[in-house]
Amino acid sequence: MITLIRQAVAERLNELDGVVALRRSSASVAPYLFQKGDDLVGLEIVPKYPVMTLVSRLHKRFPSIRLGVVARGCDERAYIEMAKRNQIDPDRLTLIGIACTAEDAQTCYCPAPYPNQLVIGTPPAPGPTNPLVAQYDAMPLAERRAFWRQQFDKCIKCYGCRNICPECFCEACAMEDKVWVEPGVLGPPFPAFHMIRAMHMASRCVACRECERTCPAHIPLTVLYDLMRRDMEALLGYLPGADISARPPLSVTLEETPLRVHMAH
Amino acid sequence: MDYRNTLTTCIYCGCGCGMYIETMDGQLTGVWPAKTHPISQGRLCIKGWNVTSFVNDPDRLKTPLIRKDGQLVEASWEEALALIAGKLGAIKAESGPDSIGLLTSAKCTNEENYLMNKLARAVIGTNNLDHCARL
Repeated sequence: MITLIRQAVAERLNELDGVVALRRSSASVAPYLFQKGDDLVGLEIVPKYPVMTLVSRLHKRFPSIRLGVVARGCDERAYIEMAKRNQIDPDRLTLIGIACTAEDAQTCYCPAPYPNQLVIGTPPAPGPTNPLVAQYDAMPLAERRAFWRQQFDKCIKCYGCRNICPECFCEACAMEDKVWVEPGVLGPPFPAFHMIRAMHMASRCVACRECERTCPAHIPLTVLYDLMRRDMEALLGYLPGADISARPPLSVTLEETPLRVHMAH
Repeated sequence: MDYRNTLTTCIYCGCGCGMYIETMDGQLTGVWPAKTHPISQGRLCIKGWNVTSFVNDPDRLKTPLIRKDGQLVEASWEEALALIAGKLGAIKAESGPDSIGLLTSAKCTNEENYLMNKLARAVIGTNNLDHCARL
């Protein structure tokens, strides 16, 4: 599979200015911008990195370059949400879609472990729902609050969840606003700190799991975002990353897209 | 378009988290946690995530400063080191080597800390040696 990917990248490099993928150098692997003439032997697909973040940085810095990107299912979903918010230019981007392994799908609890624009690999079955979601659903309200209190108390305010997130790109971040979050104080305000992010993720989270993986405190952040994704889909019929033509609910009025069910009072 | 990720170790504490410093055309553009690093495994703290922020900061010290007539004045390394050596020598002659203590750092390399220990024990003649992680 990796040979096929390297071949596909080599072909695209004939027509594009560069291809974003991962590259092994010495003992480690990092995102890289492959350009014509680069040795593709170092091109890798593991570990997973949020490569769309790099595409966005490159598109903004070099306003005319045409790029390719070796993209997993979550990268394609990130691409779709970023395109809607002008973080990348879809006219200057070609996806080289690759399928994840069945094991990836399991460990990521991935709803769609392959891109729609699949080029290389065999699509595995979607991963299971995170069992913590069902456990959480079964908790009474007070217990839910205690659960998050315990989890958020571990937070060291590294902002890694925000930094690694392909969908976190606001120039002024509410999580750094002194009105909501007093600087230099641990733990973070409960539950505001993490709820700010959860609310902002409501129509953006593409379930790439990068935030949870980079969290030094092992907070199960994506349980929160999976619940948000579930509600967004059930109430507003919006699934982040699924459809590039679907408008994010925060960009439309309730008259345009009414709630699908009435909330219980 | 010159794009590089340079694998390095966080300078801020003794944990030694692995990270990539991202540069585009020679300018710092970001930090990526090194996911395969045996210590940090793709995780960083707030200092690691912001490890490059001081590099181009206008307030960054780029030369030693010597206080002259109450004012901090930029100086050469030769002048600063000569001043330190002279003062330490004078203090040692007047009050003995144990009137001097040295503070080193968990963020230095083992080799740098070895040299500090050598300076303390072999050059100055004191065991008064400690480091920032205990301050």
